[in-house]
Amino acid sequence: MFRLVKRSEISRKKSIVIRLLAILLAFTAAGILLLTLDLNPLEVYASMIKGAFGSAYRVREVVIKTVPLVITSLGIAIAFKMLFWNIGADGQILMGAFAASYVALNYGDLPRFLLLLLMFVAGALGGGLWALIPGFFRAQWRTNETIITLMMNYVALKWITYLQYGPWKDPQAMGFPKIPNFTANAVLPKLFGVHVGWLIMLLLIVIIHVFLNHTKKGYEIAVLGESENTALYAGMNVKNTIVSAIFLSGALCGIAGMIEASAVSNTLSVEVSGGVGYTAIITTWLGALKPLVILLVSLLFAALLQGGSFIQTAHGIPESTALLLQGMILFFVLGSEFFIRYRVILRKE
Amino acid sequence: MKKMLCLFLVVMMVALLGTGCGGQESTPAEQDSTVKVGFVYVGPVGDGGWTDAHNEGKLYMEEQLQVETVIKENVPEGPECEKVINDMIDQGCNIIFATSFGFMDYAEKAANNHPDVKILHCSGYKSSENMNNYFGRMYESRYLSGIVAGMRTEANKIGYVAAYEIPEVIRGLNAFTLGVRSVNPEAVVKVKWTHTWYDPAKEKEAAKALLAEGVDVIAQHQDTTGPQQAAEESGVWSIGYNTDMSESAPTAYMTSPIWHWGPYYVSQVKAVMDGTWKSEAFLGNLKDGTVDLVPLTENAPEGAQEAVEKAKAEILSGENKIFTGPLKDNTGELRVKEGITMTDEELFGTEFMWLVEGVEGKVE
Repeated sequence: MFRLVKRSEISRKKSIVIRLLAILLAFTAAGILLLTLDLNPLEVYASMIKGAFGSAYRVREVVIKTVPLVITSLGIAIAFKMLFWNIGADGQILMGAFAASYVALNYGDLPRFLLLLLMFVAGALGGGLWALIPGFFRAQWRTNETIITLMMNYVALKWITYLQYGPWKDPQAMGFPKIPNFTANAVLPKLFGVHVGWLIMLLLIVIIHVFLNHTKKGYEIAVLGESENTALYAGMNVKNTIVSAIFLSGALCGIAGMIEASAVSNTLSVEVSGGVGYTAIITTWLGALKPLVILLVSLLFAALLQGGSFIQTAHGIPESTALLLQGMILFFVLGSEFFIRYRVILRKE
Repeated sequence: MKKMLCLFLVVMMVALLGTGCGGQESTPAEQDSTVKVGFVYVGPVGDGGWTDAHNEGKLYMEEQLQVETVIKENVPEGPECEKVINDMIDQGCNIIFATSFGFMDYAEKAANNHPDVKILHCSGYKSSENMNNYFGRMYESRYLSGIVAGMRTEANKIGYVAAYEIPEVIRGLNAFTLGVRSVNPEAVVKVKWTHTWYDPAKEKEAAKALLAEGVDVIAQHQDTTGPQQAAEESGVWSIGYNTDMSESAPTAYMTSPIWHWGPYYVSQVKAVMDGTWKSEAFLGNLKDGTVDLVPLTENAPEGAQEAVEKAKAEILSGENKIFTGPLKDNTGELRVKEGITMTDEELFGTEFMWLVEGVEGKVE
């Protein structure tokens, strides 16, 4: 009936048309769903946008959601550029948060700046070292990193659960399994109503952009991603590059974990990553591994999440429906990528 | 290419913004506009348990007072909770009911940041000028349900699926066990902790594990009907919690201790409307109807209804205070001396972390 052909080149106009159609279809399909619930789709979409950008508070909430997405995506982008499929961002976030929390809980009365700096370093180390394990395995024995990084997420999750229910349980919480809250010094300060994580995020975007495009190591990572043999032939130290890039990838995720634990949770818990490690894979991919595009995509994604959460309360839409709506929009947007890479040819009998 | 996608998404968002500006958030004219009430739920509406009970209370309150309400389901007991409360305040709510224990610290934070908003937290112990806590003497109903279980069991082993090792749950488990042993001193109550309020599969698994240990009545301190289904499938008996769960286990279910939040919710929202609201701890009981026991089904043993009625009358008259000595813990240590009744401070305090004689299990 039909076959798929990989496109060699696609005109701008055509890709715009495909994406336009995808979005249109997404909103149409979601609209049908809303109509079955006796809701006016246009009203719901409007209030999603209002929910994401309608007040200063809502914009701040979007930014708060954007920060961990961007930083984690940057980390994932470095690994992906090298064709190292780091699915373990969630675990790296947790371990970063864990290391930062260790500092916060044990040295909570240090001067604020020093304490936060130590937590930052600990977060980066925690995430980086956790990522180093699969990185080392891959460099040394060429193991499959997708499986190992994914599995290590669960190890990290269980580790935090253990701490929460065991040695780190707050004795003041009447037996409820939670880790004590950080001291005020261990909480990132606010700037313009949002914790300074957004400044760190902007700084990291610039740093990673320069690193990937204008440094020797960044170039090596790109070459390694294209062809390992080329890298070897060019005399690059492949193992060294893999290991250090993976460390950096995990360290960025760890920093995201530190920021979330410090500024958002004010403590460590299994909820600290909030699934960002998985969501960020999507934003990294849609962001084409480019830091600036990642920022834009993450911002839109965060707006989608915030808007989706808003309509639940504003229109009394059940949570499952709101998630369905988000899922449908995402499905079509991701699906359009396929049609940009391939074209469908109908066979004439 | 990817750049184009992003550009395009932005264009699309802007375009939608344009179409969206026409929409208005509407408020029906007959509603009182001085208050808007937000409910933060730990599970989904329709869980057939805890959250349903609160939602029933919300519906009752809406019917009585015609006020605007918003809800948010499945809110995790973590930082997300604070965001949900802030979102609701951003949308104009000035009364928030936070209906799970783990919301406490986040409710407190939100209360401090928004002194003009009243936050009512269920089942905790923190309070301030604009935040109170409310709960009930569920142990009274649990004691009654224990009587039914104690009369029903033939194996003299009863299973109890419990959420967390916190005083609220321990208090209920102990009262249930005292109820069981008031009619059947031989029976033991085996407890399994799930470490979740809401997880149908996990709760069911825990009940199955208890059934494998030979229990023939399943009781629960959980928010779903998972344990009921396990009892139904094994052909034994069950006691629910929060709501009438007879539909989930028609041949197993006997009764549940339940909540009636409606009247309390009405009184609180009305007090805010009248400007008379004060932060006061509330403990509902059998007498005021906040806690109750669902009428026994035909699965309940003969004579149980009468035994329950009698015990209920004794509780209402104050003759039976349930936690009256001598009470031993399950290691044999005497905890409450003969003739002494535990005070409210002891019952609802942090020290009540021991299990009464007859419970098989421990506080981990």
